Amino acid sequence: MTDLWTVETHRLFKEHGVKTVGYVPDAGLTDLINTCEADNDIRTVVMTTEEEGIGLAAGAWLGGDKAALLMQSSGVGNTVNAIASIVSSCQFPLFMIVTMRGQYGESNPWQIPMGTAVVPVLKSLGVHVFEVETERDAAEAIENGLKMAFVSNAAVAVLIGQRLIGAKSFIADVAEEVNHVGA
Amino acid sequence: MSGPDLVRGNVIDRLLQDRGDALVIAGLGSPVWDLASSDHRPENFYLWGGMGCAVSMGLGCALAQSKRKVWVITGDGEALMGVGSFATVALQRPSNLAVIVLDNEHYGETGMQPTATRQGTDLAAMALGAGIPTTMMVTSEADVERLADALATGPLPLVAVVKVQSSKPRPVLPPRDGVYLKNRFRQAVLGATNAMQPR
Ligand SMILES: Cc1ncc(C[n+]2csc(CCOP(=O)(O)OP(=O)(O)O)c2C)c(N)n1
Ligand SMILES: [Mg+2]
Repeated sequence: MTDLWTVETHRLFKEHGVKTVGYVPDAGLTDLINTCEADNDIRTVVMTTEEEGIGLAAGAWLGGDKAALLMQSSGVGNTVNAIASIVSSCQFPLFMIVTMRGQYGESNPWQIPMGTAVVPVLKSLGVHVFEVETERDAAEAIENGLKMAFVSNAAVAVLIGQRLIGAKSFIADVAEEVNHVGA
Repeated sequence: MSGPDLVRGNVIDRLLQDRGDALVIAGLGSPVWDLASSDHRPENFYLWGGMGCAVSMGLGCALAQSKRKVWVITGDGEALMGVGSFATVALQRPSNLAVIVLDNEHYGETGMQPTATRQGTDLAAMALGAGIPTTMMVTSEADVERLADALATGPLPLVAVVKVQSSKPRPVLPPRDGVYLKNRFRQAVLGATNAMQPR
């Protein structure tokens, strides 16, 4: 079954006229990506790096369209200069949904440093950060974030906490331990 | 060793002569000066930062304005930094987007340090490998005419790499206020009401 927050987010994208959704996948975004892909009125753009999303969204706005970006917390690190140089310098609207890793019950230690840096990094760039941990808060933050971004030319990131999406790992949870040779 | 024959200002003037109503985004560095000196208009967006984002910005604009042509004019250094965007463009196949790389084989704006294209990196081959259906390496005036034809009649998307001399661009300074550039571009494309009161 599709997550409730996914259903609500997709509905809000339609209501607010989001035409383009740029993303680099994350396990926690699977349902939302699939829902947007299945909608013929939304153009999904899979990107090679999250930085492209900033250019994509700014370019869409220049052409009169609204774009939303979906990424994992580590992807925020790839957007920094583009947000500062393009979004802040020109006051472009920016709306991104970030699924968090490195938080609650994380089992990959490599996710923890960037996960921890997301909030201070985004705030230092002047991005408005809404952190949510429940389905209801997610829908409310996304609705208000969309309004704030596109009516007030603000940069907004809604962070979907690991408490809500779980600490998913497709392989690590079922993998066997490697044999330690020569350790 | 002899370098490229083409002079950037001449190439730009020739291509923009047949611009029609194309929207043009200039990547940071010399292309910004080139565009301002050749054809300064509200439908130009000059990037003064965001190195590596010119192509993705062109893609966003091309998808939003599917009835108008969108040209990205950028440098080899800028294109290399965002080279993955060639794959992103190839996947979307916007039939109105053209990317023109003015390849002087140097980071001109920062003091003419050589880029990888100086040692043989081929940006047109990288675009082809990414899946861009039409790519061109432009090294002569006849090639420039072929590029002008391709820009006019398609098929797009295309990526053209124009080998140019490492001469300085003409020093014409466009506005640097990003908010002004954004609003001016949107007004020109969308009309004042839609630009300033988005729904
Ligand atoms: C992220 C980032 N790194 C480095 C710079 C410094 N910088 C500004 S322009 C430029 C060179 C651009 O070279 P190219 O795209 O080839 O343009 P040219 O001036 O040669 O036409 C560099 C390195 C920057 N602005 N941003
Ligand atoms: Mg160069």
